Amino acid sequence: MDIFLQQIINGLVLGAMYALIAIGYTMVYGVLNLINFAHGEILMVGAMTGLTLLRALESVAPGLPGGVQLALAIAGAVPVCVAVSLVIERVAYRRLRNAPRLAPLITAIGVSILLQTIAMMIWGRSPIPFPQLLSPEPVEIAGALISHTQILLLVLAVAAMACLALVVERTRLGRAMRATAENPRVAGLMGVDTNKIIVATFAIGAALAAIAGVMWAANYSTTQFAMGFVPGLKAFSAAVLGGIGNIYGAMLGGVLLGLIESLGAGYVGDLTAGFLGSHYQDIFAFIVLVAVLTLRPAGIMGERVADRA
Amino acid sequence: MSQGAAPVAGNNGVPLLSVVGASKRFGGLQALSGVGLRIMPGQIYGLIGPNGAGKTTFFNVITGLYRPDAGRFELQGTPYTPSAPYLVAKAGIARTFQNIRLFGDMTALENVMVGRHVRTSQGVFGAVFRHRAAREEEAAIRARAQELLVFVGIGHYAGRTARHLSYGDQRRLEIARALATDPLLLALDEPAAGMNPTEKLALRELLHRIRAEGRTILLIEHDVKLVMGLCDRITVLDYGKVIAEGTPAEVQRDAAVIAAYLGASH
Amino acid sequence: MRFFSSARDPRRVRASLFALVAVVLVFPFVASQFGNSWVRIADVALLYIMLALGLNIVVGFAGLLDLGYIAFYAIGAYTAGLFASPQFAAVIESFASTYPAVGEILVRLCGPRVVQEGIHLSLWIIVPLSALLAGVFGVILGAPTLKLRGDYLAIVTLGFGEIIRIFLNNLNGPVNITNGPQGINMIDPVRIFGISLAGEAGSGSTVYIGGWGIPSVNAYYFLFLVFCALTIFISVRLQDSRLGRAWIALREDEVAAAAMGINTRNVKLLAFAMGATFGGVAGAMFAAFQGFVSPESFSLTESIAVLAMVVLGGIGHIPGVVLGGVLLAALPEVLRHAVEPLQQELFGRVWVDAEVMRQLLYGLAMVLIMLARPAGLWPSPRPEDRPEADHPHGGEPVGEVKA
Repeated sequence: MDIFLQQIINGLVLGAMYALIAIGYTMVYGVLNLINFAHGEILMVGAMTGLTLLRALESVAPGLPGGVQLALAIAGAVPVCVAVSLVIERVAYRRLRNAPRLAPLITAIGVSILLQTIAMMIWGRSPIPFPQLLSPEPVEIAGALISHTQILLLVLAVAAMACLALVVERTRLGRAMRATAENPRVAGLMGVDTNKIIVATFAIGAALAAIAGVMWAANYSTTQFAMGFVPGLKAFSAAVLGGIGNIYGAMLGGVLLGLIESLGAGYVGDLTAGFLGSHYQDIFAFIVLVAVLTLRPAGIMGERVADRA
Repeated sequence: MSQGAAPVAGNNGVPLLSVVGASKRFGGLQALSGVGLRIMPGQIYGLIGPNGAGKTTFFNVITGLYRPDAGRFELQGTPYTPSAPYLVAKAGIARTFQNIRLFGDMTALENVMVGRHVRTSQGVFGAVFRHRAAREEEAAIRARAQELLVFVGIGHYAGRTARHLSYGDQRRLEIARALATDPLLLALDEPAAGMNPTEKLALRELLHRIRAEGRTILLIEHDVKLVMGLCDRITVLDYGKVIAEGTPAEVQRDAAVIAAYLGASH
Repeated sequence: MRFFSSARDPRRVRASLFALVAVVLVFPFVASQFGNSWVRIADVALLYIMLALGLNIVVGFAGLLDLGYIAFYAIGAYTAGLFASPQFAAVIESFASTYPAVGEILVRLCGPRVVQEGIHLSLWIIVPLSALLAGVFGVILGAPTLKLRGDYLAIVTLGFGEIIRIFLNNLNGPVNITNGPQGINMIDPVRIFGISLAGEAGSGSTVYIGGWGIPSVNAYYFLFLVFCALTIFISVRLQDSRLGRAWIALREDEVAAAAMGINTRNVKLLAFAMGATFGGVAGAMFAAFQGFVSPESFSLTESIAVLAMVVLGGIGHIPGVVLGGVLLAALPEVLRHAVEPLQQELFGRVWVDAEVMRQLLYGLAMVLIMLARPAGLWPSPRPEDRPEADHPHGGEPVGEVKA
């Protein structure tokens, strides 16, 4: 029982990060019907940018409090990630908007590889440690531990998602985004500049991924050029689980997937009599993905998207 | 499993296609309610009705593209469950589509050759080793396909890429492809759409020739003149229900039909 | 032959084919003058060509975007690893210590020699076995994807590829089957009529046939060439057949294909199975050639690499796919020989090493090709062999072909 709460906490932390990334996938899919394969790399770009900023900070203004450094890292990562994401949209995806589905997907994969390679060239191949900025003393809750970084992560994630919800529900931009996601042509006829909306969609997704990236690096204290790929895939699974195209679905799916992974890793050993261990953790996301797409392609909150006849 | 033998139409008063009580609902919309019809072998049967009446939905239901919510379906007296399109084709119903669905990047000949798939059987082994039986089957497929192209009148376009054919020729190609499956029932969804009067005449003549070969035809059409002149019997749908059924003359005089088309009930 | 447009003079076509075959046959003898590495590169390239051709069946013919294709390569390789190396002895031993009941059965079944030395089946059994196992997995992994469309299919197959890799990486406990991250080594080299293609011990990797000695890499070159040629042959035959037409019809319009009587489920599974068998055979060859396999050779990067070859060369067009394979497999290595020393000269250090170069090439290939030339570098001269990547449908007056 004592590991149960711990796994729940771990799951929520993981889930919060998945949710932030999943939102980016689901929003782009909603307006463009495209799986932005390269989105996971934005996570990595955020983390690496944050890292670089922190190093620069160290030499320019050493001794700042950890929280401030982290805030600055995030503040710096966001615009960089947004810029990268917009460049990708403009250069790689825009021309392929009407192409048959294979083309944008293949391009997205190519972009993903390019980003990783460029990161490899800039930051090298080996993992680089991310500094411990907040107090390393964990906080104890009912027998389980949670670190300060993790608390901040949860707070930031919830705040970001709440802001997004507000934007989507209450602002003109949000309305325009929802309209474009439903029916781009009609939205265009109603006076919505669909290009601007698509740009905004990419930007928001990238910003959230940037936050997730820095916090991911802070949570695991490490960065590497390939760090975005697998979390990206898992976040995509989360988006599918929640119902692709649905922003709240992405949030829900992210949290759920985090919990499934965490609890699964914790208990899989017991469940399979020791045959499978926690290092199979990565599989859970894929199994969820396959299961959802096979059994209920619309996900928890989505409309039917995978074709029938 | 014998795949070569095509089903053959009987001649003993058993309807070729009998549908009773077909219903289909899409969310809030009842697209079909209790639709039924009986087509006798060798008939040219028309299905007409205003836009949105459910004609194509009916087609999709009997050919297995949609699962019906209710209904009894019989082909030559034998019940069948329209569950998978390829099984329906195998049983003997072939169709064309309202928005032409050819294999655009294949040649006309290859399109029709694909239609022979359901009546032929060579697989991986035959493909790789090309033994005698395989070569013979392939030659037969090619010959039959060419024959069908000539039959519908586009034999000289055999090597042309399908997407480069004219609209009228594409429609004919689609019919040739459907014929290649050796169907008992040929279901045509608005075959005359977009055709000029000359083309429609040619289509009429083609349909008569198809019937003369012993096939039965079910036709969705908007061109009332064409339908009245061509069909032996007609069923009229409106809002997913059958509102009239009978010979062209009977249907033309039917008050409900007139009201539906002229808008009294819309 | 549907390779070249009928406008070309068939004699010229035959002449160029003849010249190509001559170059290919003579190449190793010439290259050997400069050391083993060039032929080794060619060997690897040949394996990749086989993979690309296999993937071409799934992606190019049937239009199913499989991002987990390398799993079949892995299965073939590990089949060789398990059945042509000492590994099985370790497997039995592991069972004996963890699940003694099963261990006993295995010992009884296999006999003392296997318990000591492992299973060492010959090439002639390993190849069909790998093909069979890979094919079975092709069906298993393909089955859940049948109702999925494009992007989802891609992601699910990617997931499967990863799942296989993770299992391979972790099946060393509680029972050791795959030896985990360390992989399986001491895999038997290929033996043809008693002659080992790795050369006998002490021969310096030279294979002696009759009185002649050729380097081991050359021997493997010819072996792979034979398999490659076979793969090309089978691909061509498949494309130009009832099944090939069914695949292309499926790719063009699945609904119409089904309405015309094609059992789309079986046809898709067949595509996965055929593609997988090619991958499995290539994998077995790879294992024997390298003598050792580990999970890191079968990562997602590799799946994507093979996809890049197919895409770069010309999806669905067999000569294009071969070209893509040659370019993306050989080019990075070739460049490395040229570019690394150049960078050393110019900058005093190597900025972009072979690995990075390889990745860059793959990424650029996929992006640039899709943007500029989606049909690939060498697309089929006949549009019916090409998937619709280069025919955007906007504004066509003739009837809508794809709903």
